[in-house]
Amino acid sequence: MSGERGLTRYGLRFVALFYLAALLLLPIGVALVKTFDDGIGEVIDQITEPDAIHALKMSLLTVIIAVPLNTIFGIAAAHVIVRSDMRFKWLIGAVIDMPFAVSPVVIGLSLILVYGTGGWFGADLAAQGIQVIFSTPGIVIAVIFVSLPFVAREVIPVMQEIGTDQETAAETLGASAWQTFYKITLPAIRWGVTYGIVLTTARALGEFGAVTVVSGNISGETQTLPLYVSKQFETFNSVGAYSASLVLAILALGTLLFMNLLRRRED
Amino acid sequence: MTAIAAPRPRAGIRLPGVSGALSKGLVVTYLSLIVLLPLAAIASKAFSDGLGSFWDAVSQPQAVAALKLTVICSLIVVLINAVMGTLIAWVLVRDEFPGKGIVNSVIDLPFALPTIVASLTLLTLYGKDSPFGVDVAYTRVAVVIALLFVTLPFVVRAVQPLLLSLDRDMEAAAESLGAGRARIFRQIVFPNLAPGIAAGVALAFARALGEFGALVLISGNVPYKTEVASVFIRGQIESDNIVGAAAVSVVLLAVSMTLLAFVNLIQKWGLRDER
Repeated sequence: MSGERGLTRYGLRFVALFYLAALLLLPIGVALVKTFDDGIGEVIDQITEPDAIHALKMSLLTVIIAVPLNTIFGIAAAHVIVRSDMRFKWLIGAVIDMPFAVSPVVIGLSLILVYGTGGWFGADLAAQGIQVIFSTPGIVIAVIFVSLPFVAREVIPVMQEIGTDQETAAETLGASAWQTFYKITLPAIRWGVTYGIVLTTARALGEFGAVTVVSGNISGETQTLPLYVSKQFETFNSVGAYSASLVLAILALGTLLFMNLLRRRED
Repeated sequence: MTAIAAPRPRAGIRLPGVSGALSKGLVVTYLSLIVLLPLAAIASKAFSDGLGSFWDAVSQPQAVAALKLTVICSLIVVLINAVMGTLIAWVLVRDEFPGKGIVNSVIDLPFALPTIVASLTLLTLYGKDSPFGVDVAYTRVAVVIALLFVTLPFVVRAVQPLLLSLDRDMEAAAESLGAGRARIFRQIVFPNLAPGIAAGVALAFARALGEFGALVLISGNVPYKTEVASVFIRGQIESDNIVGAAAVSVVLLAVSMTLLAFVNLIQKWGLRDER
């Protein structure tokens, strides 16, 4: 290997690592140090504040509802897109991708226009005594919207890859559609599904824009953990903001680690 | 070429009637309820007072400034991403150094980290209390930095698999025929990576256009200066100008949908090359 080539290689490596450090690692490192400026006791006090605990519970609630729904939908959608001969299935694929391309704020606004006062269903829902906007159902619907594509997007390529031989064999041997799915398809796509669930969870936990618009951000009521962070920051409780961020960052890092473990197991 | 294709079975097995229809129905209903209905409500609201007031809403100076800033910043961001993303992918695939595995997993961090946390951490390093004395908070530079953070993985992850599957014999052949490295990159490597770069750039652009959470703390949301489209829409919602908010949303939606269609076209183009 010539010296010049080695130089280029080190140059590229340096540029790449410097960029990643300046953009990702340094900010996170500095923020982490700043979190513990007033000692670990203060951080613990902050994250055990009743409003913080309530916000964490709220975030977990959205995950518990959104993730199973989007998982079932994602598997069914992948099945329809890969296996059925339905016309216009490309359209289904395009609509599934939409939440990736639409601004979270626009998503929030769209939900107000459907479920809010003056919205399409607003009056009917109010007559039934159901409040969606500025209330928990609105937050949950917003999270379902933004995290909708992940499972489907992860499962579709896996389902294409495994082909139909085994499924056909099972059917020839007399398995019902449900048995075929449960015993053949599901085990084959399990890593894709798991990966999709992890991504859905991360997005659901972290969603900010859409939830801000529909929630009203009332402390101790309609506040998820990301909203709690912004509220603490706005009210000049920076230790509170950093401490709650730490909780979110730990959850995110856990997700990331899990993703990597999965990837390694797949290989 | 008269390769006889084996008689292909119909595309996949057909689901027996009931469960097949059931899953189709479920998928279409869910998508319509969760995605299509709300987006239709936006379009309907934007034009509810007629085309004239739609145009008034999107052509008012503050809206134009916000849209312009969003598009310009997003363009800068995807240009940087195209170069840096490809470079990072290259280093991750072709270079060997201790800790490479960790660097590779760090790339996904912006996808996992909540955007509000990203905004807070960037503000810590690049705000007024910066330990390095780099204070760009509430400027357009801050907007670009925040957008670079959230869009980092797109190009890297789109280019990486293409680089991995790129046949290195071609490069070796070109080199033995006397091509310089710049020429090898330009004529062999780059054309093979181009679909990945284009797809990554389009996805990053769509994400940058709509980003909100990563910007709220660090951009300062100053009208005409650092207020991007999504922040402008938020402001209009809060000041109860829903028609105006919906009108600007429609403009954003139209651009994002075009980009998505573009990504789909690129993917088809990539698949055709493989055959």
